[in-house]
Order: sequence, then structure tokens, then C-alpha cells
Amino acid sequence: MTFRGRHLLGIEQLAPDEIRALLDVAEDYAAFNRQPMRRRDTLAGMTVITLFYEPSTRTQASFELAGKRLGADVMTMAVAVSSVKKGETLIDTALTLNAMRPDLIIVRHPASGAVNLLASKVDCAVVNAGDGRHEHPTQALLDALTIRRRKGRLHRLTVAICGDIAHSRVARSNILLLGKLENRIRLVGPPTLIPAGARELGCEVAHDMAEGLADADVVMMLRLQKERMDGAFIPSEREYYHRYGLDAAKLAHARPDAIVMHPGPMNRGVEIDGTLADDINRSVIQDQVEMGVAVRMAALDLLARNLRAARAGAAGAAHA
Amino acid sequence: MTLHIANVRLIDPEALTMAPGSLTVAGGRIAARDAPPPAGARIIDGGGLCLAPGIVDLGVKVGEPGERHKESFRTAGLAAAAGGVTTLVTRPDTRPPIDSPEALEFVARRAAEASPVRIAPMAALTRGRDGREMVEIGLLRDAGAVAFTDGLRQVESTRVLARCLTYAAGLGALVIGHPQDAGLSAGAAATSGRFASLRGLPAVAPMAERIGLERDLALVAMTGARYHADQITTAPALPALERARAEGLDISAGVSIHHVTLNEFDLGDYRTFFKFTPPLRGEDDRQAVVAALAEGLIDILCSMHDPQDEESKRLPFEEAAAGAVGLETFLPAALRLWHAGALGLPQLFRAMALNPARRLGLPQGRLAAGAPADLVLFDPDAPFLLDRFRLHSKAKNTPFDGARMQGRVRATWVGGRRVFPPEGRDAAA
Repeated sequence: MTFRGRHLLGIEQLAPDEIRALLDVAEDYAAFNRQPMRRRDTLAGMTVITLFYEPSTRTQASFELAGKRLGADVMTMAVAVSSVKKGETLIDTALTLNAMRPDLIIVRHPASGAVNLLASKVDCAVVNAGDGRHEHPTQALLDALTIRRRKGRLHRLTVAICGDIAHSRVARSNILLLGKLENRIRLVGPPTLIPAGARELGCEVAHDMAEGLADADVVMMLRLQKERMDGAFIPSEREYYHRYGLDAAKLAHARPDAIVMHPGPMNRGVEIDGTLADDINRSVIQDQVEMGVAVRMAALDLLARNLRAARAGAAGAAHA
Repeated sequence: MTLHIANVRLIDPEALTMAPGSLTVAGGRIAARDAPPPAGARIIDGGGLCLAPGIVDLGVKVGEPGERHKESFRTAGLAAAAGGVTTLVTRPDTRPPIDSPEALEFVARRAAEASPVRIAPMAALTRGRDGREMVEIGLLRDAGAVAFTDGLRQVESTRVLARCLTYAAGLGALVIGHPQDAGLSAGAAATSGRFASLRGLPAVAPMAERIGLERDLALVAMTGARYHADQITTAPALPALERARAEGLDISAGVSIHHVTLNEFDLGDYRTFFKFTPPLRGEDDRQAVVAALAEGLIDILCSMHDPQDEESKRLPFEEAAAGAVGLETFLPAALRLWHAGALGLPQLFRAMALNPARRLGLPQGRLAAGAPADLVLFDPDAPFLLDRFRLHSKAKNTPFDGARMQGRVRATWVGGRRVFPPEGRDAAA
């Protein structure tokens, strides 16, 4: 089974086999990206637009690079200086871009569900590069690929997701993906940062790092999203670091071979100790960035295939 | 003119009965029940359909003044007539708000010239609805305001609300509160729980309603005011309501049709037509509220008609406006509760016509001789597929678009005059 979707809006819509198929293709691109000649014409003649309503360094660069390595024409929309600043609505921007006949649009937006809304108004394929606190599917896929390469499997692992889960789309996509592949998921953080209904999602919940990290194979740290917090969630950063910041002592509760992940950008000294983040024996943070390009190449490749197939089908129907 | 409507099932929300019979109307009032047709009366064969008092809809938003592109008194009146609603109790949260006798006079004048159904206007409780100074409650009441409310906004200051309630109590004026704790509710687009967490939506705990209600009820106990809670939508708020009733406070409670027929899962893939204030609740809460409505703990069912244009809804969920048009879908949606066996038809009309009229001191809502001949003739079983573009409202934001519904209004009378379908067309068609 392969990935048959028209868009990549979230992990929620993906079947376990589709996830595995995406990761298999990404695995090939990971090898390809380590070769000296890193350019293909898989997407030659296709136009990819990145539309980011929130600042981003790694995700936008990663998508841009993925598109370019596959031979697409990549256009980066700078939202900060565009008509969006003049009050144009999301749907009007979508219709304007749609009229330019792109093949793929990659969107990040601060409101949950905004990418779904945009996808319903355009003819091309849409990739969700993060919408509000909803989903960030390519991040979950690159995390999954990183785990699979390091641990040799992607099932029956104990994964501790730690920190600001309430405001995190990365956490939601990871909970969905790791849950679909039958892993044990533990959410660790202060009660104010654990979303309501977490246990009903099949997660264990811990408010203490020693308990939460016990026997974990993977420790996934999240960024404290100060910009999404509209009130008092934690008393101070130093108390947060004291109780939930990952350092060697807290990591000692996890399995000896546990890996440490972080989606970036990191707040060193807030959620993670700087030395630990740089420890090449434990931290796989740089691997995550590398796998990010491979996963995004796989997503663009498969979406382009599905798009071509759909267009060929439509053309065939028109002839008949 | 004398009118005799024969061969109908009379729904009497006072006696809580439904029985075959006939109704005679003269001089705009109900003259007799089950009497032989007077000589010269125009006789209408009701075809065995249901005849009930017209709906008194408490809390209708009309876009005048300020947002006439969303709804005018004319379009709201047409929608109401088509939906069997014969009295619109209008909300004061317009632009500008109805917070002075002059503004209220504007509403009364526009209503009289444009609406085919009755309008009973409400006034704001505080100036500009900003929760700081009370309005001229006495002058507004004399000008015809039937109740005082800041709409879907809490008076946050307990001190200000206490004074408003104390002052209103002296006049016997009805104050309508929106009992949702303002701090917890700020920015919320959904009810907290598994579903809102998965969708990543800012959410409010259901307990915010109980907190808001307990505060308001404590102030009612302190001031002796007449109080109505606009919407009670969660199970945890119900015991508080029950306790206040037992203490003998002069209180009543309402719920919107949307909160008893829809739940949070209807939000689905961020469907903004399902965004409400307060947000749709979980199924357990919905069922508890339906049960409270059936046993009369919640007295009043309303449409909370809130017209929004497409521009206000074609936005990401968090940014989209809340509210839905409800006048024309109110009765068929309420009939879902009857078809599901949750409430009888007399109980439904008690909540939709009799109780709101009584609470506001209006003579409507009854089938008794002498009551105004505000009537709705409907077929409770007629099935149809709702097409939002066929609604009379200017705004088309209904959550029931494409829904299979049952129950069609065949005719509506206000003061004995047929307002739907308009004169000249066949009433029973």
C-alpha cells in the first residue's frame, strides 16, 4: 500500500500503511541526500509555493530545499510584505495563488484548521507545514524516521513527550502517529500544559520527570511556546527548568540507550540543558533536521505522483 | 373578520394536551375552542395537522441598527413567519446597542413598518454593554423594553451587576444574564475535552457555566431580582439551578435549539457554521440538558437567531464569528426532540411559546379564549432536505444546511391575520 492522499493535512487521515510507505520513500531520499550529486527532475516543470504566516527557519528552508532537489520551481511567499498585510483574507490569498496554477502549496498558519480551509478552496495539492496547535504532519514523519533509523523499529517503544504539550502541534501529530503504530506514549509536564482529554487519546500522563521518563526509549522534548501562552501557565522559567528541563540527571531515569529529540528551535536552559542537546551519543537533534529534508522530498514526490495520476484520470475522462 | 380553523390537532401548552378540535378567531383574538363555526365565518380545513400557539422566540438578533446587510426587520420577520415564530424578542447587542429610550424607539418604529410578526424589544443592561453603568431601566421599560440584557456578554464586575439587579428589582424588571465565567471563556472556540484537544482549538471548561450561574444566582438571592439565564448547556450547572428553584428565587433558564440538537462532534473538520457562544457541548451534556428541558427545570427553548454573513464565517475557526440563523429551522429542529421521544408537542410549545410569553408578561403563547390569535399550523411529519439558500433570512449561516428534517409550517397567523404564506397563496399548500 502506498500513500494515496491528495493533500497532506495531518497524521489523523493517514493509515498505518500509508505512514510506513511515506517513511520508506523518505529512507531512499535520506540515502540520496548523502550523495555528492543531489538533484533529480522528479518535479521538473512543477511549481511549489511556500506560504508561511508564521516565522520559520528550518521548516521553510527544509521544504524549499526538498522542492529544489526534486527539480521544482520553488517560490517563497513573504507574507510579512504581501497583501496579507493589507487585510486580504486567507481564502482570497488562496484563490489568488490558485489562479497562478501552482502544483503544490505548502502552508503554515497560526490558526488551527486554517490549512484545511485553504485546501478546500484550491485545485492543487496542499501540505500542512503547521496550523495553530492542530497538526504538523511532516515533523511527526521526520521524527518517526529518525526513531526508526536509531531504534531499528517503530512499534512497541515507550516514548515520553515532555513539556508544553497543550500548545504543541508537533505533540498532537506525534501522539497520533506513534499511537497508530502501537507505541506507548507518555505525556510529561505540569498539569497546566497537558491538554484536556489526554488520557482518552490513549496516552499516559505524568507530572514528574522521574516517573514520566522511567524506561523510556525515546525522550521527545518540546519548546516552551511562550508566544502562544495567553496567561500564567508556569510560575517562572527557572522553576520550569528545575522541574521539567532535561539534563543528565533526569535523563538517567530513561533507558540507557534512550535517544533525546527536540523539534527546534531550542530554548537552551529552559527545556533542555545545552550540553545534553549537543551530546552526539544521546541527542539526535541534528539527525531530525537531516531527515526533515528527506521526509519532505518524499511527501512532495508522492503528492506530485497522486496529482499527476488524478490529472491523467481527469484528462482521460474528458477524452472519453 | 371571523375565522374558523377546523379539523386540527390543538396543542395546548397550558393544559399539556393535544386533541382533535377546532378554533374560532374573531377580532384578532381567540374566540372559542371546539365551537360550531359562527355564521359568515371563513372556514379553513386544517387537514388534521397541528395547530399551536405561535412561537415566542426569546433572544433574536436582528441586524438593525448597524448590520442591516446581515438581517433587517423585514427579512427577520419573513423568516419568522415562515418558521411559525409570531413574536421576536429582539436582542440589544446591535451597533450601536439599544441602551437608550431613543434607540428603543427606532427599533419599535422599524419593527412596526417592516415586520409581519410582533416584535418585543429587549434593552441593554449597561450603557454600551460595557458593564460599567446601568442604563435608564425605568425609562426603557416605559418605552416598551421587555427585559434587560447585555446579550452574550457577562457583566464582569460583581459590584456593577449587584447594583443593576438591585435597581431592576425595585422596578420588577427582568434581567437576563449570560452565565459563562468571562475569564475562563475568553477566546474559547470549543468545549475543552478530547475533541477540542485533537483539533487544537482554544477551549473552555464546561464548569465555566456553573461558575457564572452560581455567581449570578447568589446575587439574585442577595437582591431579590427577577432573573433569567439565557442558555444553560451543561450538566454541572443543573444542580445549581435546581437548588435556586428550591430556595424560591424568581429565576428561569433557557437553552438554544442548537445546544439540544447538536454536539461538539458536529464541528467536524472546522465547520464554522457550528461555532456558537457558548460552544457546542459533549453528548452527555446535551442529553442532560434535554432531560432538564423535558422536566421543566429549563423553561425556555429559543433559536438564538444570530445572522452572520459569509465573510464572517469563511475564516479559520478561531477567527470566525459565532452564531447561526435559527428562525426558520427552529420548529423542525425542535421536532427532532419530539420524533426522538424526548418531549411531547405540548411540552415543546410550553418551552417555545407559553413560558417565554409568561416570563416576559406577554399575553401570547396560549390557546385560551381571549388570547391573541397568534397561531401556527404545521405538519410535524413532512420530510424535507434543508437548502440554506431557500431561507428568508439575508444571512444563510445555518448548521442544518443539507440536513434531513421533518416538520413544515403550513400557515402562520399573527393577531388573526395570515402572515405565512402571504395572503393570495393557498394556506394549506
